[in-house]
Amino acid sequence: MIRSEILKEIAPILNPHLVVCNIGLPSQELHMIDDNERNFYMLGTMGLSSSIGFGLALAQDKPVISIDGDGSVLTNLGTLPTIANNATGNYTLLIIDNGSYGSTGDQPTYAGMKTNLTDVARACGCDNVIEVQDKDLGPVLQGAIDSDEMTIIVCKCDSGNIKLPVITLDPVVIRHRFMEAVKA
Amino acid sequence: MNIDKKIADDLVANDVSFITTVPCKQLAGVIEEVEKRDDIFHIPSNKEDEGMGLCAGAFMGGKRPAIIMQNTAIGVTINTLATLTQFYRMPLPMIISYRGELREPVACQVEMAVHTKALLAQLNIPTYHFHWQKDVEEFDNILKYTFMSNKPVAILTDANFWGGYGDQ
Repeated sequence: MIRSEILKEIAPILNPHLVVCNIGLPSQELHMIDDNERNFYMLGTMGLSSSIGFGLALAQDKPVISIDGDGSVLTNLGTLPTIANNATGNYTLLIIDNGSYGSTGDQPTYAGMKTNLTDVARACGCDNVIEVQDKDLGPVLQGAIDSDEMTIIVCKCDSGNIKLPVITLDPVVIRHRFMEAVKA
Repeated sequence: MNIDKKIADDLVANDVSFITTVPCKQLAGVIEEVEKRDDIFHIPSNKEDEGMGLCAGAFMGGKRPAIIMQNTAIGVTINTLATLTQFYRMPLPMIISYRGELREPVACQVEMAVHTKALLAQLNIPTYHFHWQKDVEEFDNILKYTFMSNKPVAILTDANFWGGYGDQ
């Protein structure tokens, strides 16, 4: 499965919850599949989906899912020790690991070579790290959201993209409606 | 006046309850003070752009955030400031140790100091420079201004403000 197929499959699981989605194609795909005010689309700043989602999870009690990619996590690898050492049970980090920088033309990442992000997350001190194959993600994600324990999911999948337009929503609109959803 | 306590008092009085820090020798006292306060959740970051991401999330979660860091971080965070904090119009007080200014003992620090105000000006970030201890009296107003305007705001605090590095 490629990322857009995974997002289509897990969209009903994500729908009731606050989701911070990675820059580029992941946000565009989620926007196309199930646009709603509980989605925060990153239009810039590669690498910070995990940090934004984690800050949000620390600041309030609702479940938060950060959708990240292997390339983005490699960009902001320092996030994993911060998350590990300040764990909060309402946070789930979903790393879609397709071994490539999808939004920029599928150049290979080191996560698709010798670097194992599951091992990295564990070595950083994350207690609850689950590696899962794409087709098995749904129940694992639901379990992570339902559990009181913070979970890092590394979802292995194929690399590949679909063609779709950029998000033209104004960033302040995205932020405002998201904050209203946080308060609701 | 204890400026570490005054800064922490003003942060608490302005309901700033989520603070991330990347350490600097000059900031050790204020970081320690922030860590002590029950009204503040203190979360150290590994890098300043990561910290700004945490602050963005905390703000959307209903908390007033702040970041404490060195001026070298301006070189690290320009993209984050422009495409996250400014693009989505979020407030962020940045309490910055202004290394490489008067009374600085480390020559390399001067190399970023000479760019600091120019970079902040280029980003249209409101910038205040604390050089004398009495300048801290403005801090409360700067915090109010930051959360009124929904912008990142820089407070540069140099070695003279912090009392220097002792005899050199």
